[in-house]
Amino acid sequence: MSVIVLAEHTQGVFKKKTLELVQYAAGIAQSMGTTTTAVVLGDATDAEMQGLGQYGANKVLQVADSRLDTLNARAYSKALIAAAQKEGAKVVVAPHDVTGKAVAPRVAAALKAGMVAGAVSAPDLSKGFVVKKNVFAGKAFAFVNVTSDVKVITLMPNTFQVKAGAGSASVEKLDVAFEDKDFSVKVKAVNKVTGEVPLSEAELVVSGGRGMKGPENWGILEDLAHELGAALACSRPVADSHWRPHHEHVGQTGGTIRPNLYIAVGISGAIQHLAGVNGSKTIVVINKDPEAPFFKAADYGVVGDALEIVPKLTEAVKKFKANH
Amino acid sequence: MKQISLLMKILVCISQVPDTTTKIAFSDNNTTFNTQGVTMIINPYDEWYSLVRALELTEAGTAATVNLVTVGKADAEPVIRKALALGGDEAIRIDTDSNDPYVVAAQIAAYAKSENYDLVLCGKESIDYNNGVVGGMLAEMLDMNYIGFATKIDVAGNEVTVAREIEGGEEVDTCAFPVVISCQKGVAEARIPNMRGIMAARTKPLKVVAPADVQPLSQIVSYEMPPAKTGVKLISADNMDELVSLLHTEAKVI
Ligand SMILES: Cc1cc2nc3c(=O)[nH]c(=O)nc-3n(C[C@H](O)[C@H](O)[C@H](O)COP(=O)(O)OP(=O)(O)OC[C@H]3O[C@@H](n4cnc5c(N)ncnc54)[C@H](O)[C@@H]3O)c2cc1C
Ligand SMILES: Nc1ncnc2c1ncn2[C@@H]1O[C@H](COP(=O)(O)O)[C@@H](O)[C@H]1O
Repeated sequence: MSVIVLAEHTQGVFKKKTLELVQYAAGIAQSMGTTTTAVVLGDATDAEMQGLGQYGANKVLQVADSRLDTLNARAYSKALIAAAQKEGAKVVVAPHDVTGKAVAPRVAAALKAGMVAGAVSAPDLSKGFVVKKNVFAGKAFAFVNVTSDVKVITLMPNTFQVKAGAGSASVEKLDVAFEDKDFSVKVKAVNKVTGEVPLSEAELVVSGGRGMKGPENWGILEDLAHELGAALACSRPVADSHWRPHHEHVGQTGGTIRPNLYIAVGISGAIQHLAGVNGSKTIVVINKDPEAPFFKAADYGVVGDALEIVPKLTEAVKKFKANH
Repeated sequence: MKQISLLMKILVCISQVPDTTTKIAFSDNNTTFNTQGVTMIINPYDEWYSLVRALELTEAGTAATVNLVTVGKADAEPVIRKALALGGDEAIRIDTDSNDPYVVAAQIAAYAKSENYDLVLCGKESIDYNNGVVGGMLAEMLDMNYIGFATKIDVAGNEVTVAREIEGGEEVDTCAFPVVISCQKGVAEARIPNMRGIMAARTKPLKVVAPADVQPLSQIVSYEMPPAKTGVKLISADNMDELVSLLHTEAKVI
């Protein structure tokens, strides 16, 4: 018996959301009286992998095959299934991100495991195996009871605080008998947005809507984002008008994000926009219309002209940073 | 290599969901989603992207057949007819209802197994339960490749080229058929059904298939509304220092 966790990394570096995930898996393992095994696909150093022990992993199984350096749903799930079988896993945990969403459903189907996608709580074992998740685009939560022997969970990133403890994980290699068909999806090109904080991972987000009037005014949002170390986002009409690239568009038809801080500037707060940002911990709304619906979903509001307020906010952040 | 382009057979998975502006409410002590007064629509990802791209591929002479499938009871028929009004040759309704994605995928797989689809398209997620799970499960059950979060799908010969979202950017992949692809914004432009389509949809075949024997592996036991916001704290436009200080000391986010 064991809890298996997919430990995503970028060239051996484990991001915060992976550490959060390992800690989450270890919490489940503890409540079930079992151990945690992290699965690392591709290259990483022993020291980096042993470090997952600080977040509760007892063991790391590394599938050291360089073909796993890019995401391949079939090969990744095969590796995870092999690890789950070797360890007699009762629970498999993956991140609710592009990787986890591609891999976890395959693993669940192969293991005949019930699945909770986008969990925001640890399983409640007093009532079976009940996990809370977002539904209706953040407008409600559902409690899902998983009744199969093996369970698969994808965890919504930024749900829990991460704390490093003591501990070191043992590292073992795992050989997986891949076939050619596992790699029949071929990667032709990768275009990473560089030099910015990727939106899906950002803890702080500055977002602009049609109230910004035009792309020529985005400089002040960029300055604010830069001062905060935040990512940029926008409403759909902004992307549709090509003021900003489409990958910045959030909402029902764009990305769904759950940052700690979402600053919405000149965005009315339509329900389809809120669908993508409802899960943000703190929402600040800057809008010249005191009746804008977004204020109802906001924690802090500033009524006034964005073009005047944003530079003042940037100055205030600068001042704050100089004193802290 | 088998040249399949002219014979390409596409399956588009369609789910019905509450309209996006629906006010969400629960009954029976928060155990049931209250469908009273709720308008059901085609899941936007399925309607705007998967279905339209499938139709474009037939119009370009790349695909021969587009079938639509939905797992749902008779109440799903108006929605599947609406989808047929946009296009497609035939719809299949698998006569059962479940919000366990494993059941949905297993039902579609049981039907699709003997139909030899080259391309199975689904949406990136259903906007009600926000799982994004059915496509991946289906790929495993049908022993097909799976590419998630497509933003562009092009077919040339017996290969498909897909642009898809990855962490912090985009990737372009190629893959042989058969393959399951989940679609999102970018794959196609939404269409509005015209009168001819609506008339034609009335006479298009809608096959009702008995469900396979599949046991659910999960159940939703209850729902909860998020705690209401306590109300917005308004800060004067002249006092951004106060806002920053509140974000630090009260909200603890910077
Ligand atoms: C099915 C469907 C799906 C959709 N999906 C999405 C989605 O994913 N994401 C999304 O964002 N939208 C989506 N929409 C569109 C959505 O309904 C809204 O139309 C859109 O979010 C509005 O964008 P906006 O707030 O930027 O613009 P507007 O609604 O035009 O609002 C502009 C706001 O800026 C304020 N303003 C103007 N000037 C200033 C100033 N100088 N200073 C400060 N404030 C100012 C105004 O008071 C107003 O509140 C969808 C719609 C549908 C029907
Ligand atoms: N009941 C259903 N019938 C047919 N297809 C479905 C059904 N539910 C989900 N799908 C498909 O699977 C995709 C992802 O749905 P989900 O995993 O429920 O978020 C949807 O966009 C549909 O294409």
